Amino acid sequence: MTAGASSMSPSVAPLRAEFGDAIERTAVSCGDTIVYAARERAHDVLAWLKDAPGQRFNYLTDVTAVEYRDPERQLEVVYQLRSLPRRADLRVKVALDKRAPLEVRSVWDLWHGADWLEREVYDMFGVVFTGHPDLRRILMWETYSEGYPLRKEFPLRGHFSRAEQTRQALAANPEAHYSMEELSIAEAFDELPSDMRERLARGERGFLK
Amino acid sequence: MGLSSVQPESTTVSSVSPNWVTTRLDFLTNWARSNSLWPMPFGTACCAIEYMATAASRFDIARFGMERQSFSPRQADVLICAGRLPFKLAPVIRRIWDQMPQPKWAISMGACASSGGIFDNYAMVQGIDTIIPVDVYVPGCPPRPEGLIYGIRLLQKKIMGESIDNDLLREEKLVGPTGLFLPAERVDELSEPFGNSVHQTRTS
Repeated sequence: MTAGASSMSPSVAPLRAEFGDAIERTAVSCGDTIVYAARERAHDVLAWLKDAPGQRFNYLTDVTAVEYRDPERQLEVVYQLRSLPRRADLRVKVALDKRAPLEVRSVWDLWHGADWLEREVYDMFGVVFTGHPDLRRILMWETYSEGYPLRKEFPLRGHFSRAEQTRQALAANPEAHYSMEELSIAEAFDELPSDMRERLARGERGFLK
Repeated sequence: MGLSSVQPESTTVSSVSPNWVTTRLDFLTNWARSNSLWPMPFGTACCAIEYMATAASRFDIARFGMERQSFSPRQADVLICAGRLPFKLAPVIRRIWDQMPQPKWAISMGACASSGGIFDNYAMVQGIDTIIPVDVYVPGCPPRPEGLIYGIRLLQKKIMGESIDNDLLREEKLVGPTGLFLPAERVDELSEPFGNSVHQTRTS
């Protein structure tokens, strides 16, 4: 037991028991517990944290990513979890080797709220979330071609000249922010089965089957 | 002879109010235009809060003929860009400007709209004059309502100096085949870093 173990989240011990080496390391920072999960098992770890009876982390507060100035250091995807019934927080990080393609499995199937959060991480860092239903840029426009702005190798003012940036921005279609799925639903709304119309009216999204 | 001989008929003639005036057409047109400017508010940031204050009762730009906020570009005379303009909004403001009928003017309100302000980064237009032609720049971060009113008064003064005979004033400055409405070198020049941001290079 280390000195920080007293404030370590009680979820850590059962996590280690369940996943063993897939829990690469744990840390406590400013009172928050951080769990580093191996990329291959990260989805299993998060699914377990969401559904295991003693965990019930049913609310995904945030998905974000960190790239450190040290170029040797891995890029980390951060999942901030909250258990609303247990009033407990946990931070799960997945480290990605920058020399390999930045890929991690989407958690959209666990928390649908991950949809836009993962799109933002993709937009800003270029991390590809496999299994995401609609992985597009969300803050920058869809034809943005300069790269991923929050990466360390990205210059503050962008790669292109201001004239080129202005030209590309003016060439963008301001209405091209809807996915084909959203547009097809809007056009076909009257032809949808009534149960699907009700679901859409409630704000639920889903696939057209 | 004398005043006593003035007949009642002659006073009747002079008391008829004239139903015509003589004036210069330019003056009349400019007077009408400058005192009925309908603004198209394009508020994106904190400048828009000051703009709202300017439009509300305490400062009340209705006093200067801006009675009606035109939320449709087709019924607007002056585009007021209040706030920073990200590149993502560049095609939007350009389309709004193109939809506004002549005669039309533009006010760039605040440091960000005029120059990019503190946002000298990959996402921000470095002055809306690289996207649309601008008539009046209002400095400030954000400008106080008095500042905006001063800018509006300047625009009215500018309009009073126009001539309806000058077709160049009403010429549409469209986005050309280069994809820009200015030469590319001019856009780069307008977007040059200034002040503290000159210490940041493009590559660091």
